[in-house]
Amino acid sequence: MNKLSLFGLLSLVIRRDLLLAMRRRADVLTTLVFFVMVVSLFPLGVGPEPEMLRKMASGVVWVAALLASMLSLPRMFSADYLDGTLEQMLLAPQSLTALVLGKIVAHWMLSGLPLVLIAPVLGLQFDMSAQALGMLVLALLLGTPILSMIGAVGAALTLGLRGGGVLVSLLVLPLCIPVLIFGAGAVEAVTSGMSAVSNLSLLAAFMLFALVFTPFVAAQALRISME
Amino acid sequence: MLEVGNLACSRGDHRLFSGLSFSLHAGQIMQVQGANGSGKTSLLRTLCGFITPDEGGISWNGKPVGELGEDYYAELLYIGHLNAIKDELNALENLQMSAGLAGYTVTEQQAVAALKRMGLQRREHLPVRVLSQGQRRRVALARLLISDAHLWILDEPLTALDVGAVGLMQELIGEHLSKDGMVIFTTHQPLQVAGVQTRELVLS
Repeated sequence: MNKLSLFGLLSLVIRRDLLLAMRRRADVLTTLVFFVMVVSLFPLGVGPEPEMLRKMASGVVWVAALLASMLSLPRMFSADYLDGTLEQMLLAPQSLTALVLGKIVAHWMLSGLPLVLIAPVLGLQFDMSAQALGMLVLALLLGTPILSMIGAVGAALTLGLRGGGVLVSLLVLPLCIPVLIFGAGAVEAVTSGMSAVSNLSLLAAFMLFALVFTPFVAAQALRISME
Repeated sequence: MLEVGNLACSRGDHRLFSGLSFSLHAGQIMQVQGANGSGKTSLLRTLCGFITPDEGGISWNGKPVGELGEDYYAELLYIGHLNAIKDELNALENLQMSAGLAGYTVTEQQAVAALKRMGLQRREHLPVRVLSQGQRRRVALARLLISDAHLWILDEPLTALDVGAVGLMQELIGEHLSKDGMVIFTTHQPLQVAGVQTRELVLS
């Protein structure tokens, strides 16, 4: 019988969550379709004024990405909680933190990455310049993992509570404000001809900070939720 | 060896049990008995470390399980009320994933052999969603066959199983005990392992 290494466990959890999502595609598509819909509603609502659309583009995309990522958060641990898999995960003879990190990575690949990929297409509706689109993708690439990581803590804390779905949004959204500010700020800086380095550096710093702490905190929160 | 000393546990304000002490040696089997709500599941979950006991301690081979942490989990196999299997996956994938989460890999042959022994031949590639309750339970119990954990903690393992599968479980537990394993279980059905005296722990 072969023992599984820590990296083996990490990749197993990611593969498992991706496989489950492939067998249940509707969940992944909901997030993406919601994102596309919300972003597309704005040009229809505020009118086809190119100047105004260009100005609000980054903010709209970021807010929509924030809301879309909230949609899939309650599902992050709840299916495993309900069918007992989470109990088995807590009993895994490896670090629960690594296991949670695997789930976070899988969650980002399923809910964050599609948003990053579709964002440039949506940006075109707002007449964004190529440079701004590139920056939008880069900022989202740095920012969406943070949303998944902070979201994991919220999802773990509200596990098994009634109305947990709403509660997790209330809990997580305020914590995501810095990501929104610096993410949208990076695009804003590029469109107004300034350097976006400071915004991106801060986003990257947030991401590293979250990467170090949130898997551990979420793991502890899961243990508390299972009592 | 599993030792439990002066254990007390409560859910909310309700004290379920207190002053509970026992030890379980290699090759022994113990059945936890008690009425509904007497704390059987809570006791088993406390042994797994899901619930922190109010008082008392649990030790494994002389060391407190809190200190052993992951080393203790490697020795333990818990099957609870919930089957911990995914409807979207087939029996084979479920078994391989469970093994992975428990920290080891199994080959497809090993997994197929385990499922066959559990009476699920030719069901390996069906999504678990289309299986009956009893068959799902068999998929969950197939983990017993591929694990090398010493301590089995089984919460109502016989739920939804037919007579044949109950016989099979007795056989599996007998084999496990003969390999110096230990079993703690709860059940409301009779379960007798040939040649082994089942110890009883009554919660009231």
